[in-house]
Amino acid sequence: MNQSRGEKIFGILNMAALGLVALLCLYPFLYTLTISLSTASEASREGLHLFPREISFASYRMVLSNPNILTGYGNTILRTVLGTTLSLLGVCIAAYPLSRREMPRRSMITFMIVFTMLFNGGLVPTYLLIRNLGLINNIFSLIFPSMLAAFNIIIVKNFFQSLPESLVESARIDGAGDWRILFTIFIPLSKPALATVALWTSVFHWNSWFDAMLYITDDRKQVLQTFLQRIVIESNTQLMEVGIHDTSVVDFTSETVKAATIIITILPIICVYPFLQKYFVKGIMLGGVKE
Amino acid sequence: MKAALKRSRWTRMKRHRGLLSMIVPVMLFYSLFYYTPMTGLVIAFKNYVMSDGVYTSEWVGLGNFERLFSSEDFPRAIRNTLVISILRLSCGFFAPVALALMLNEVRISGYKRSIQTLTYLPHFFSWVILGGIFLMIFGGGGPVNSGIKLLGGNPVSFLSDDVWFIVVLITTGIWQSAGWGAIIYLAALSGINPDLYEAAVIDGANRWKQTLHITLPSLIPTMITLFILSLGQFLTAGFDQVYNLYNDLVFDVADIIDTYVLRRMMGLDLSLAAAAGMFQGVVGLILVVTSNFVAKKLSGGEQGVW
Repeated sequence: MNQSRGEKIFGILNMAALGLVALLCLYPFLYTLTISLSTASEASREGLHLFPREISFASYRMVLSNPNILTGYGNTILRTVLGTTLSLLGVCIAAYPLSRREMPRRSMITFMIVFTMLFNGGLVPTYLLIRNLGLINNIFSLIFPSMLAAFNIIIVKNFFQSLPESLVESARIDGAGDWRILFTIFIPLSKPALATVALWTSVFHWNSWFDAMLYITDDRKQVLQTFLQRIVIESNTQLMEVGIHDTSVVDFTSETVKAATIIITILPIICVYPFLQKYFVKGIMLGGVKE
Repeated sequence: MKAALKRSRWTRMKRHRGLLSMIVPVMLFYSLFYYTPMTGLVIAFKNYVMSDGVYTSEWVGLGNFERLFSSEDFPRAIRNTLVISILRLSCGFFAPVALALMLNEVRISGYKRSIQTLTYLPHFFSWVILGGIFLMIFGGGGPVNSGIKLLGGNPVSFLSDDVWFIVVLITTGIWQSAGWGAIIYLAALSGINPDLYEAAVIDGANRWKQTLHITLPSLIPTMITLFILSLGQFLTAGFDQVYNLYNDLVFDVADIIDTYVLRRMMGLDLSLAAAAGMFQGVVGLILVVTSNFVAKKLSGGEQGVW
């Protein structure tokens, strides 16, 4: 392609500007990583902290010996695995009938589901419901409310509708019922859409903290993000210091401990992100905003 | 006649028993977890006391709403929410559009992809994490103030000064969401018919003219859709972000409707909290429905979310 001189210069400036934007997106995480790995004196030094000059793992040792963090990790993994599995299963079961033309009252039921995206009871009535159902301090209080999210149902429904109708017809001739069609034909063929929904749901569960702050009062059942919230945002030093058994190891500050807690919390997302990011993005195109 | 109708409905039900066995549990679930809380909003019109239960509590009509609007902090929470939302929309709405346009001009696909991957990274972290990071970065001993001191300036209290706090709130909000928001515009850009550009080149249009007359207009439908949807969140103003960044010193500008609702709930004034939440939800619904209606009318039925 022929480019004028001006267009070439614009192209280079544009790429440089984008490079700067990308660096700005990365820097806060880099800073946190550096601080988490720094010695106490190094962390309190002024500067940009692009890399650690004196490395210390004291903060990590402390965070990892904090029983609350470990409990939180376990509970978060449990809620993420259980929540994502149940969500996927439920969303498929909800999406299938809505994707079928012969479904009686289809548009009315779709409206009933989509309307919840525009209006809901809000914080207080939902809290009262969870309490009345006896789900306080129960892991299902963190799973049920978002299990059949309308947005995910619509995405999977749209994907199901894009599958060829002839598949259903031939399966019907073979005597297959709806449940069998869903599990043996639709779900295996919808892996790309389901992968996206699964990833979104697991990131949602991994990151959720507010529901656990409201519904979980027992620290043995608390999730990681809520502990993180108390340590990092509320600077709860009592909680921070649970891990100190050996008082001779003091090469950390509250900043380095906070940073290490953050890094340990985001590590799983950072690890899978480069490999799975294309699936995260795919779903946006799959769903479309319009029905 | 009636019996025949009944029978036909029965056979229809029987024919679709597979579908019904799937949808009925889903509808029960929705009734329980979405529609029961909606009916639970009656407590906004009652003086709800936990020990009395929802149904036996005494009716107070619009008393809770009168209490809300005659109080000092709820009108302030509305004002703060509006200020933050308006700033978010006016400063942040076009950021993903600009980012998408810039990315669209990059011809080296590897570079484009890596930039994209980095720009939507922040979208995948909770505001507990991001809030924690920004409290360090904008704090007294953080790198931003270090940089300012290095350049000979005086340190700025970003997190405790009313105006600076809002600046931090808006910029970090854009920082977190622009990259992810750009994806949808990039998808729209890749859908533009390349013939249009060829024709424009023949007509002598340079890249800038092409952007102005072909690229931007083709993004307008997506922009309208996203604008309408964002109005539904207008009175929400980003609870997660505010809650994890604010502190007592900036309460006057940072206490939004959501934080107000939470505080009233924690203070066990559940009726007042529910009334405030209901006000927020109803206004959001009205905004979305009206803006969708207007968009449809103005475009002759072509635009709009539904």
